[in-house]
Amino acid sequence: MAKTLAEKVWDAHVVRKGDGAGANAQPDLLFIDLHLVHEVTSPQAFEGLRLAGRPLRRPDLTIATEDHNTPTLDIDKPIADLTSRTQIQTLRNNCAEFGVRLHSLGDAEQGIVHVVGPQLGLTQPGMTVVCGDSHTSTHGAFGALAMGIGTSEVEHVMATQTLSLKPFKTMAINVEGTLRPGVTAKDIILAVIAKIGTGGGQGYVLEYRGSAIRALSMDARMTICNMSIEAGARAGMVAPDETTYAYMLGRPHAPEGADWDAAVEYWNTLKTDDDATFDVEVDLDADALEPFVTWGTNPGQGVSLSQAVPSPEDFGDENAKAAAERALQYMGLEAGTPMKDIRVDTVFLGSCTNSRIEDLRAAADIIRGREKDPKVRMLVVPGSARVRLEAEAEGLDRVFKDFGAEWRFAGCSMCLGMNPDQLEPGERCASTSNRNFEGRQGKGGRTHLVSPVVAAATAVRGTLSSPSDLDPAPESAAIRTDAA
Amino acid sequence: MEKFTKHTGIGVPLRQSNVDTDQIIPAVYLKRITRTGFEDALFSAWRKDSSFILNQEPFNAGSVLVAGPDFGTGSSREHAVWALKDYGFRAVLSSRFADIFRGNSGKQGLLAAQVAQDDIELIWKELENAPGTQVTVDLESKTVVCGNIVAPFEIDDYTRWRLLEGLDDIGLTLQHEADITAYEAARPSFKPKTLPAKVS
Repeated sequence: MAKTLAEKVWDAHVVRKGDGAGANAQPDLLFIDLHLVHEVTSPQAFEGLRLAGRPLRRPDLTIATEDHNTPTLDIDKPIADLTSRTQIQTLRNNCAEFGVRLHSLGDAEQGIVHVVGPQLGLTQPGMTVVCGDSHTSTHGAFGALAMGIGTSEVEHVMATQTLSLKPFKTMAINVEGTLRPGVTAKDIILAVIAKIGTGGGQGYVLEYRGSAIRALSMDARMTICNMSIEAGARAGMVAPDETTYAYMLGRPHAPEGADWDAAVEYWNTLKTDDDATFDVEVDLDADALEPFVTWGTNPGQGVSLSQAVPSPEDFGDENAKAAAERALQYMGLEAGTPMKDIRVDTVFLGSCTNSRIEDLRAAADIIRGREKDPKVRMLVVPGSARVRLEAEAEGLDRVFKDFGAEWRFAGCSMCLGMNPDQLEPGERCASTSNRNFEGRQGKGGRTHLVSPVVAAATAVRGTLSSPSDLDPAPESAAIRTDAA
Repeated sequence: MEKFTKHTGIGVPLRQSNVDTDQIIPAVYLKRITRTGFEDALFSAWRKDSSFILNQEPFNAGSVLVAGPDFGTGSSREHAVWALKDYGFRAVLSSRFADIFRGNSGKQGLLAAQVAQDDIELIWKELENAPGTQVTVDLESKTVVCGNIVAPFEIDDYTRWRLLEGLDDIGLTLQHEADITAYEAARPSFKPKTLPAKVS
């Protein structure tokens, strides 16, 4: 029978089919190839194992890092916040007790869990990947079935290396055409969410397809899959191809020798069959896309940057109207204001959505030789210690520092403001992260989700801007760039 | 897990869509390493506003939350379920739940009952016209009763069965340990292992 990519990966991991059929079917038991662990959603799961006297079944398929709660300054000093310090120490104790590999703050492989897995080569096509974090969908960029789970499920995976899951429905997101200059993967996914809504993907695995997706790098595909959850989908996938293999080759945990050949042979089968059908198909025209930005307090409340803040009256549905009214009030915005007239206080470049090396390069290319708006504060937080080192080897840290941005250590940082990196009440931020919820980046903070190049252009002008809004960079700077 | 068959308690109308888990419990409370004691964290930002529904009697003693569509979106934090339970909620009604939130609820004995939006609107009106009205959520018959309103709700059969029996998920899975071991023995050798650690 013809199958979609998601169905192939699912079927390859069934330990035990659930009894029954149709609406009465019990869940299937699926094997989990990789379990990623971090400090925030794991302590209660480890405690559960301890209380039940259960071992962690597969430490060799488990890896932990510290990311959500870690500081991005003074990482050589004890963590100032006692509760944060205790949580980090608890992870260290738990990993030691249960034999789990841990990359701690200060380690060259520490960083946001969804940046660490791929860069180590642990995320591979056709795998099942889980983590107690909703942005686990990121790993779907490799053609893996990757999803976020709650702490009870984290404990379940620790104890059994499996998950009980009911089959998903499948949705194709077809993106055909060529992106214009200044339009990026982030704009694709923000446009998808605005189109299908924050609940549009509920119960589905999304598969991103089409020429515009094929043309994207792995870093860009990760950006797209990362935000599948913002459309309500637990997982998003891209079929593996030569771009995927080129990224994988030579990574520390990539297969080698005969294993590589066997792996590639298998990975080549991981595509949706031509005659397979999706439950739903959605089309997006890449040629027509513009840089995208959110105006409200959920990721579906977005428009093209060239448009204006919408009016609640634009929404037919009563709930959407009420949500828009509330969002405008929280965001301190008036309907009809051009998005490009909105002034920001802070620019945040980071998060599991946009903190990989290509994101930093793209932003650096915009600001090189330009001056930052003096009233804007810009925070650059690489996704992992490894990305930070790579960026420094290329001199990107100098570009950011010369521009006047703060060059920080790796972690989740201001994406969710669990550490000291937070917005003040009323502060407005152009952020490359994934959620613009009320208070997400700090109590009372106001978030506009944007791509790295829009974030960079916004830091130059002080108002939400696309790269095409910028004056040409001074010639002297261009020469310096060429020389470097 | 505690069994859930039927619950009756004060209904709380929360007229809002897209209540994300960051609103249910802000990230700052996620630094704790315990599984209980989150009642102060529930909707903590909104509770600073005196007009918020949980700051009004008798709703502050409610145990059935009646919310707008797309409840529990965003972060996977199970803390959102713990906070609702610690505050005293036993059931949440909404026309649409985020997948991860619904899964987490099922693991923790919080009933996430999917009720048609038209019925939610009727229940909201009833609760607002007669604050303190009791809502009964019956998992056996899959119905909600509020005043004269009787509405069906949906929940998947497997979760319903586990809630009715109060079954522990891990215990259920470990009954099939032989299947897991057999699957492990057949995994291809190219699948990666995290140990021994390799770094670049």
